[in-house]
Amino acid sequence: MTLGQLDRLEADSIDIFREAVAESERPVLLYSIGKDSSVLLHLARKAFYPSPPPFPLLHVDTTWKFREMIAFRDETARRLGLELIVHRNPDCVAQGINPFDHGSARHTDLWKTQGLRQAMDKYRFDVAFGGARRDEEASRAKERVFSFRTAQHRWDPKNQRPELWRLYNTRIAPGESIRVFPLSNWTELDVWRYIERERIPIVSLYFAAKRPVVERDGVLIMVDDDRMPLADGEVPMWRSVRFRTLGCYPLTGAVESRARTVEEIIAEMRDTTTSERQGRVIDRDQSGSMERKKQEGYF
Amino acid sequence: MRSRNREDETGLLRFLTCGSVDDGKSTLIGRLLYESKLLYADQLTALRADSSRYGTRGAELDFALLVDGLAAEREQGITIDVAYRFFATGDRRFIVADTPGHEQYTRNMVTGASTADAAVILLDARKGILTQTRRHTILVALLGIRHVALAVNKLDLMDYSRSVFDDISERYRAFAAELGIAEVTCIPMAAVEGTNVVTTSDRTPWYEGSALLEWLESVPIHEAEQVGPARFLVQWVNRPDDTFRGFSGRVLRGTLRVGDEVHVLPGGRKSKVERITTMDGDLPCAVLGSSVTVVLADEVDVSRGSVLAAEEPLDVADAFQAHVVWLDEHELLPGRRYLAKLGASTVGFSVDRPKHRIDVDTGARLPAKTLAAGEIGVANVHLDRPVAAEPYHTSRDLGSFIVLDRLSNRTVGAGMIDFALRRSANVRWQAVTVDKQARVARNGHRPCVVWFTGLSGAGKSTIADLVEKALHARGVHTFLLDGDNIRQGLNADLGFTDADRVENIRRIAEVSALLVDAGLVVLVSFISPFRAERELARGLVERDEFCEVYVDTPLEEARRRDPKGLYAKVRRGELANFTGIDSPYEPPFEPEVWLDTTTSSPDSAAEQVLAKLREMGILDEH
Repeated sequence: MTLGQLDRLEADSIDIFREAVAESERPVLLYSIGKDSSVLLHLARKAFYPSPPPFPLLHVDTTWKFREMIAFRDETARRLGLELIVHRNPDCVAQGINPFDHGSARHTDLWKTQGLRQAMDKYRFDVAFGGARRDEEASRAKERVFSFRTAQHRWDPKNQRPELWRLYNTRIAPGESIRVFPLSNWTELDVWRYIERERIPIVSLYFAAKRPVVERDGVLIMVDDDRMPLADGEVPMWRSVRFRTLGCYPLTGAVESRARTVEEIIAEMRDTTTSERQGRVIDRDQSGSMERKKQEGYF
Repeated sequence: MRSRNREDETGLLRFLTCGSVDDGKSTLIGRLLYESKLLYADQLTALRADSSRYGTRGAELDFALLVDGLAAEREQGITIDVAYRFFATGDRRFIVADTPGHEQYTRNMVTGASTADAAVILLDARKGILTQTRRHTILVALLGIRHVALAVNKLDLMDYSRSVFDDISERYRAFAAELGIAEVTCIPMAAVEGTNVVTTSDRTPWYEGSALLEWLESVPIHEAEQVGPARFLVQWVNRPDDTFRGFSGRVLRGTLRVGDEVHVLPGGRKSKVERITTMDGDLPCAVLGSSVTVVLADEVDVSRGSVLAAEEPLDVADAFQAHVVWLDEHELLPGRRYLAKLGASTVGFSVDRPKHRIDVDTGARLPAKTLAAGEIGVANVHLDRPVAAEPYHTSRDLGSFIVLDRLSNRTVGAGMIDFALRRSANVRWQAVTVDKQARVARNGHRPCVVWFTGLSGAGKSTIADLVEKALHARGVHTFLLDGDNIRQGLNADLGFTDADRVENIRRIAEVSALLVDAGLVVLVSFISPFRAERELARGLVERDEFCEVYVDTPLEEARRRDPKGLYAKVRRGELANFTGIDSPYEPPFEPEVWLDTTTSSPDSAAEQVLAKLREMGILDEH
């Protein structure tokens, strides 16, 4: 008997979790509430069972997430009895940084990249688990499973530690850290099939429902609250949409869909002709923009 | 394990592609991605835009841009690092490691090959078997990959000539057989047209084998590790409360069953598998690759890095012969203390002078004193404690290790174990009756090492001499080891390369540790340019028995003094590898004594050292 494909991916991810925890002082799980985070959290619970995951969850909040995401986040932490740290960049709070006035690039840099760096420094985390996958984006395809960051949180794609076999180099000097990506070798379809198999709870924004959206630059943006300025004559339309990926609501495109169950989502995915990140406004800022953001410390 | 659908039974094949520049490797990968469902419309749109901006194929899609994802790679049109790409067919999932053909060649190949089950080696039919082809094949064989396909590409440019293909195939098979690769699948191909990539083509009606994709779908996965006695590597001791003590880890070979008797290694105690626990419930057995938590029947000592072995135990040793691949731009220094990570153990590690290195272009064995970046050698390696391990050809997981630099924390090397050295189990430290304590009692003072480091001409020997005179006058038993003197005898065989300098200091560190055992205050006056070896020397004695004295003299001042006329020789070009000029000096970060010889006289410098020795309790206060 041999392990099936999902069993093997699961076993690999658990192996990575255990290795990182065994060799770190202050690990943390970067919890961004999306489907990958949900899978990551589920794997973390499996990795250490019957012990609870020996680290807190960290959510770097931009205050511009979908309301449903925040409710789901708090409910998840409560249901699983896990410590949840929410960090909001105080400079952004003070200056009211938002994607409309300051643009998606600055918004993302200040809230997410700088916010994450602040939180890592504040709590002196040395290992941070993230749900990034190599199939998402070209620069992520090049990133290590254990991705070394300098004390300035910088990633140097040209100078990565070679990663051989299943032997991960976890040694760092004070102030340095490692981002660990247990889902590196998973694809979007694997994530969905695993959610289906394990019945992992996810935010209902992933399922199709009638939602108020406006179309901007060819992207369907959901009007999640009244902070979103509407152009003259712009009226939200009620459409049956869902999200393939979740981020700040003004920067996350919805897709038209009728898929109301995980099975239907998987069926839809098999026929799709677009990648999951096509709805991500922040990926389109410029060619190679993910790589640049990651070099500065973005997750 | 949950119920599975057919998709789940298919398994995952990891393979690497290699080939020299412009042999069509990226085109091949691009086509495999393109033909599978994992290339989406928006990615194609982006590829079109990137192709017109950075591409090298005119109006056509440049598939290389799919895999070369980094900005620097696009700018320069080269592949810098290994990329992992995914694609799937109805029958199987694939992860392909695309390894670059440019610089750091061996390092990238070894990285990609370390996790691969199969290799696709591309060559250009017009050029036939090149040095690169042989090099890839040698590396693939060394890494233990048993399934190899040779893609004879660009056959369209040779009119799909059967005789060209047959000739290349025959010669390649003979070469691969010499390296121990029993079976090679040779495929005639034109990746640019898709010939024999996904399906067989009528352009090569004479070819009766399978297309590349069909071959990839049929390669067996992990067959070697499925058989044989169970091996379970403990990664983490799981203790949620005092009622449960489990060992979380992974089955690296065979199948572990409840009721199995297991040896706990190192140590050798025996116990029985009582439970195999997961969040989904207990299991009767855990197959190869499973990450589970094992509960044993007895309270035996098991910690991170232990291996639970069913049936015959595996080797436990602290010395091995191994193939070592050097990855760092700073060469391997035999004798230097590195760290190694093997399984889930991180241990002190050093390498003897290599027995030979392997010419990756020819497979020949060449003499070697050290290994430079990308070189592979065979050497005896030593660990500072015994670990459970297996030969690499038996188990990739228990037979591989990485080498880490203690100071920079970089991954500097990797290795594959050939076998355990028996003598490591047979040479034991001899216990003696008259020990250090006895000598301290007789001498009336504690021993220590006073280690003077600094540039040539800094004043080390002058100050060390003054310190020794003062100590001797007080009846302290001393001995002075001076660099120049030792190089005329014990170390007369060593030169001034980095490797020889490391060995020079290693021997002196060992000698000074012996003299500390003899109860002496040992004064060591050596340039000792590298921090790592000074740290090694420090580590050989007790914490309060080492006093590092940094004789800090600026290069300009040492050059001006030039007591031995050496700087003048350097200036005349008569002396190479001179510390501070064309060979590095790494000053200490936190020496016990820091002497600035531009502001203090030799006498006052010596007095500062003596004061420190009083503070350390080596000398009496009076």
